[in-house]
Amino acid sequence: MMILGVGLLALIAVSAFVIVRTDDVTNQLLALGFYGLLFALMFFLFQAPDVALSQITVGAIALPLMFMLAITRMKHHGELKAERKTEKRDE
Amino acid sequence: MSEKRRLLLFLVGAVGVAAVYCAGIRNMPPWGTYRGPYGDVIASLAVFQRHATDTVNAITYDYRGFDTLGEEFILFSAVTGVMLLLRPETKEKRRRATEGENPASFRDSAALSETVQVFTTGVFGFSVLFGIYIGTHGQLTPGGGFQGGVIIAAAPMLLYVAENFEAFHRILSHPLMELMEALGAAAYAVVGLIALAFGAPFLTNVLPLGKTGDVFSSGTIALISALVGVEVAAGFMLVTFEYLREILSRQKNEED
Amino acid sequence: MLVHYPYYVAAWVFLCGLYGIVRSRHLVHTVISLAVLQTSTYVLLLAIGFRKGGSAPIFADISPGVITVDPIVQALMLTDVVVEATVVALLLAMAVKAYEQGGTTRPDDLRFMRG
Repeated sequence: MMILGVGLLALIAVSAFVIVRTDDVTNQLLALGFYGLLFALMFFLFQAPDVALSQITVGAIALPLMFMLAITRMKHHGELKAERKTEKRDE
Repeated sequence: MSEKRRLLLFLVGAVGVAAVYCAGIRNMPPWGTYRGPYGDVIASLAVFQRHATDTVNAITYDYRGFDTLGEEFILFSAVTGVMLLLRPETKEKRRRATEGENPASFRDSAALSETVQVFTTGVFGFSVLFGIYIGTHGQLTPGGGFQGGVIIAAAPMLLYVAENFEAFHRILSHPLMELMEALGAAAYAVVGLIALAFGAPFLTNVLPLGKTGDVFSSGTIALISALVGVEVAAGFMLVTFEYLREILSRQKNEED
Repeated sequence: MLVHYPYYVAAWVFLCGLYGIVRSRHLVHTVISLAVLQTSTYVLLLAIGFRKGGSAPIFADISPGVITVDPIVQALMLTDVVVEATVVALLLAMAVKAYEQGGTTRPDDLRFMRG
């Protein structure tokens, strides 16, 4: 039990470093989702089921959802601006 | 400041912080030995004093209910901030007025197979039911208002994935959503004021405590948990809608 | 060293988050690094409240006399986790607006604050 906790904490430390070193934003999102699930497992191991439930719903569902919405909106806005620029050039 | 210089400055600062931190935790008790008295006191008394079997939620909504009131208002003001920042600008409003925004003309995409649509719409109902269950049983088992609210708020995304844009738009743009969010936040403060009517300090647990293990037990804990669930669900749904509003209207313009 | 192991992990995660913020080239990457920074406090709080051999502080099926872990730090973490998501949503709204006004996602190139 203790060895599992120690190993999980080491995995969390490695994951944190991997997240900040990833370049593409979409890849980071996926890494953040995995990181959130690791945390949920850690909360469960350390006898905190309430916080584990919170972390699963927020860290694996709501947080990647928010990021995905923001990235989608940014990409969508970029496409919109490019489209309007070509329209203006056509006029 | 160039990037290399910024990184060097950060590394110097990080080494300093790490050194001071390591010197500071050298004298902490070993990991796994929790000595403090308050946790044990509350763990032994909460079931008898409040008839609630979930000690963590009893602390969140009763013993330290004032902090939770503050955190809920952080949530409320963050949602207000998102709605302020992402509201359509005047240019956008003028363009939309000339082109017209009619939600009834959203097209249900035919590219997605019907199995996925039917299954996802069925899971939507189950998700909402599960969220309500978690939100109302906070005082008995792990759960409570915050978790239940987030589960309910994540359910409409299933409709978006199933490309049922009309239902998605109708649920999320309902004016009742903003009303529910404001009412949920205000009702928490009102429950605290009820205690003043009984002559007790703000946010005291004055409702009947009931039998341990029932759903309607532990007085104001269950009530506050349900109100927080309503507020969190409405808040997250509003935020989701604000992000997707531009994309939804564009989807509709594409199909004309 | 092993007796203070989670506290070192918490400090390492905190410094990783700060490194990500300092070195970021995309606004969304900055916000993700901030989220990682917030999780370091969870590790610290969890390590403070843990007791070896203790069980979860939910008395739905155990009798109230069993030794449990600390419930107070769990109450602190519970609301913190949900509020983090909303604050991240607000920061992302600011990032989206900065991108729409400034036209770029690199924090170094956002120049419209120049007087």
